[in-house]
Amino acid sequence: MSTTLTQPVKPWRINFKQAWPEIVGAIAALILTYAIVNVSPLKGKLGFVVTLVFVATFVAAAVSWVRRDRKAAFNSISTVMVYIAGLFVIFPLGSILYEIIHRGIAGLSWGMFTRDMAVTASDAPLSEGGILHAVIGSLYIVALATVFSVPIGLLTSLYLTEIKGKAAGTIRFFVQAMSGIPSIVAGLFIYAIWMIALGNQYSAFAGAMALAILMIPTVARTSEEVLKLIPGDLREAGLALGGTQWRTVAMIILPAAQSGLITSVILGIARVAGETAPLLLTMGGADAVNLNPFNGNSSAIPFYVWKNFSMGTEVSIQRAWSGVLVLMIIVLIFFSLTRFLSNRKGRF
Amino acid sequence: MSTAAPTLPPKRVITTKPRFSDKVFRAVVTTGGFSSLVILGLISIFLLTNSLGVFKNEGFKFITGFDWIGPQPEAGLPSQYGIGAMLWGTVVIGLIALFFGFPISVGAALFLSYYAPEWLKKPMVLVIDVMAAIPSIVFGLWGFFVLMPHAEYWAKLIHKYLGFIPIFDVPAPAFTRSPFIAGLVLAIMIIPIITSISREIFAQTPLDRIQAAYALGATKWSMIRSVVFPYGRGGVIGGAMLGLGRAIGETVAVYTVLNIVYDIRIEVLLSAGGSVASMIVNKFGEANPEEVKALMAAGFVLFLVTLAINFLANIIISRTARKG
Repeated sequence: MSTTLTQPVKPWRINFKQAWPEIVGAIAALILTYAIVNVSPLKGKLGFVVTLVFVATFVAAAVSWVRRDRKAAFNSISTVMVYIAGLFVIFPLGSILYEIIHRGIAGLSWGMFTRDMAVTASDAPLSEGGILHAVIGSLYIVALATVFSVPIGLLTSLYLTEIKGKAAGTIRFFVQAMSGIPSIVAGLFIYAIWMIALGNQYSAFAGAMALAILMIPTVARTSEEVLKLIPGDLREAGLALGGTQWRTVAMIILPAAQSGLITSVILGIARVAGETAPLLLTMGGADAVNLNPFNGNSSAIPFYVWKNFSMGTEVSIQRAWSGVLVLMIIVLIFFSLTRFLSNRKGRF
Repeated sequence: MSTAAPTLPPKRVITTKPRFSDKVFRAVVTTGGFSSLVILGLISIFLLTNSLGVFKNEGFKFITGFDWIGPQPEAGLPSQYGIGAMLWGTVVIGLIALFFGFPISVGAALFLSYYAPEWLKKPMVLVIDVMAAIPSIVFGLWGFFVLMPHAEYWAKLIHKYLGFIPIFDVPAPAFTRSPFIAGLVLAIMIIPIITSISREIFAQTPLDRIQAAYALGATKWSMIRSVVFPYGRGGVIGGAMLGLGRAIGETVAVYTVLNIVYDIRIEVLLSAGGSVASMIVNKFGEANPEEVKALMAAGFVLFLVTLAINFLANIIISRTARKG
């Protein structure tokens, strides 16, 4: 017994007969661009790319117009434009990541994580000094900011999804607006309340409070999205078993939403780990390790980058790039963690 | 086995009165829920009380004036604070950012929704999310060392061929650290915001209308023009406003690539511009207590403006999202 397998037919697949005008058009566009770039004063890769964009759009439009009509020509133009827009989104990220690795790797060494800048000038050779003080400062401020913002963010999201009080709409609205507060304003506010009104000095604690203000809306909004996904059945089941609302939320809702809530916290950390502006107003910036987060100037990785960039010497800029590389690695680790957690199946 | 009559447990009292634990729970959660409102209120109060004196002294000139002179006790001159030039500069770089960022973002959102092959969608959404997570100081350094040399060359080209238009004129040959370059960096920073919001809105376009358009023989572009754009217009505008809000409040990235000059200029290619947020960082280092209060006032204005923009944007977006 033999069965004959019929090959699936794909009539929508573009065959050569339909495609040849486009192929010819593409080749013509390339040649034309090359010619224009050689003749005109436009130079370099950029000139080539810009000319190619215009020529390609023009040729694509011309081909469609000849083959079909004006509408098809507009369709071709818009298609080319939309593809270019897509490219423009990918290109900067590629360039940023490439340059960070390319320029930052030279100054990177294990030794830099064991030394601070207390006795090292910014333009001393790279074998001296390091970012230990900045790493410790960053750990302090991120940990403290998480401690401050997670309870508030979580309670806000619980209020919005579980209690659904009269003010829920207003609060949701204000939390959304709060996520647009410029980071410098958060820094100014902490300066006004913590330094001017209460008379304290610069400290990691103050920096952490400024970051917490920026972190609360992120945590609150993403947690709300997560809690919204918990089926109402679970809540009703909890109440039907005789549980109070408190027991239902604590024993059923929160465990069910666990991985999503962790994701929201990490998202908040990724949001604030690289913030610079509020730290400039609240942390003072130190060159030595400061183990006391409540008193005295301290540094953080973004602050370290900022300081070395401002010095402007060759070595200090190299230090700044290495700092950026470390910062990006940390941010990307947190970012991948959120992806990993939210992609796990079987959880809300 | 005892044969004694089973003793029934006492009847449970069923009541709708909340238990004590629930009362505590609801009280705690409600307090937590209101704390963001409290924080926003505290921000307004503290910034306002610190800046009241400056507002009183300067009056309306704080907004319109464009001199920023700290106290000079030895010269006997009064201090003067005005953020007019900085506000103007902020508007200029915000508009430049939108000019470049908005079309690219909407195009990219269209690409993701209607053009991209299936395998490309996920990686590209990832790219946009990663871009949204990059810290602003990274954009600042990249803008200064990588983008600036290129942008300087483009600026010279624009000046050479379009220099007769007043805004592209350059009185002195200084092309670095211009509003144009700051706007370009901001454009890249706001692309992820506008793209992701536009994409969400485009995804809500009713499928039946899209298919109706195709059935009537529309090309992809005609379909987008007659179905997607009218439906999503509000959301896209709201997204652009959120992007503008981010651009206005951006501090560090702008500070690294912009030369802050207290002057109202329309030449966007010239190495002189302003931004309220960056000015605060710029002046904060050497400011005495009085000048710090003036900076608080500038921060308060910035706070109000961004809050208003965000309010408006969120209203527009939620209206669009509900319409379908």
